[in-house]
Amino acid sequence: MTKVTLEVNGKSVSKEVPDHTLLSVFLRDNLNLTGTHVGCDTSQCGACVVHVNGKSIKSCSTLAADVEGSKVTTIEGLAKDGKLHPMQAAFKKTHGLQCGYCTPGMVMSAVDLLQTKKNPSDQEIREWLEGNICRCTGYQNIVAAVKEAATKM
Amino acid sequence: MKTFNYHSPKDVKEATKLASSSSAFLAGGMTTIPSMKLGLATYKDVIDIKNIKKLSGIKVSGKTVMIGATTKHAEVAASKDVSKAIPALAKLAGNIGDAQVRNRGTIGGSISNNDPSACYPSACMALNAVIHTDKRKIEAEKFFTGMFETALKSGEIVEAVEFQIPEKADYQKHPNPASRYAIIGVFVAKHKKDVNVAVTGAKSCVYIDKDLSKKLSSNFSSSAIDGTEVKSSGMNSDMHASAEYRANLVSLYTKKAVEAC
Repeated sequence: MTKVTLEVNGKSVSKEVPDHTLLSVFLRDNLNLTGTHVGCDTSQCGACVVHVNGKSIKSCSTLAADVEGSKVTTIEGLAKDGKLHPMQAAFKKTHGLQCGYCTPGMVMSAVDLLQTKKNPSDQEIREWLEGNICRCTGYQNIVAAVKEAATKM
Repeated sequence: MKTFNYHSPKDVKEATKLASSSSAFLAGGMTTIPSMKLGLATYKDVIDIKNIKKLSGIKVSGKTVMIGATTKHAEVAASKDVSKAIPALAKLAGNIGDAQVRNRGTIGGSISNNDPSACYPSACMALNAVIHTDKRKIEAEKFFTGMFETALKSGEIVEAVEFQIPEKADYQKHPNPASRYAIIGVFVAKHKKDVNVAVTGAKSCVYIDKDLSKKLSSNFSSSAIDGTEVKSSGMNSDMHASAEYRANLVSLYTKKAVEAC
């Protein structure tokens, strides 16, 4: 067992967990933050993307112990005072989702993109979202959502 | 995933002391963790080396670029120093996997795993890299010994990779559409005296195509390899590409790389 202390969505949390606990498991099972999804077991789908110290990473391929002391932001940490984050609002406005399973990962990944690139082109958005798989939308409206959010962020 | 003991040593000495025949060093974990999740690998001890400060960082001197083992792909891709000294290396790092893999995956992890389709081994071969470990220095050509095999001994840690700065270089990759691993990747480097054409994805291990390298050494233009047959024998054949297709891509991507230099 190992004690993992993190700052998750602005709150300090500390839990004793088995050493092999994945960050995705820590978030979902120990903190009940089930917005972070697990869509595959091969680290390819990106549904589990969260931010660790501001950078997007796959929480299903990262040990909780490995990010000890870090600041973690999950999809639950984006909205402020009941108001959707501009990226969430843009996904809603442009209908950038259907079943919604991939959406938390898509949103977290896209937020990271706009942190470094203010006005990405369609091609840059598609390249950046390479690690996020959606089986419903055909990606068109997801790209539209990221472009819409870029005008608001 | 089977249970293990997680360790986070602060220096190399402590890390090597923890190592045994049933341990693994963990850097970005982009291969190690998925392998453990699938049950392909199990370890008693997982030794995380990311908190060892001296293993991370980029240093450019007159003739070489030294990259610490736990330096992430995203850091190499974004490094102004690397982009200035060896732009092809920054480009290669920026096209490995996807953004989230690049935010975690490391150069030391990539070369120690020596996946036959990984990008970095081709850069090591073409740029006459020297792999610095905690025990010795190993030339790239002697480091990559076979499929997922390297010259590393049990408990030996890669500390840094030292690349020779070439006159010109370029990397061209035909990526697998799902994983972005190279179906074929060709790294062409023109040094003062000769040219190296390193190929990944084609065979069970990265290699230098001696024939193409020799022809380009005497005439560095894409027309110099017109009509040069790349043999498909010994090349991988799978659902993505036959051996013959790969052989054709090797010459095509070598030309593309030369033209982009």
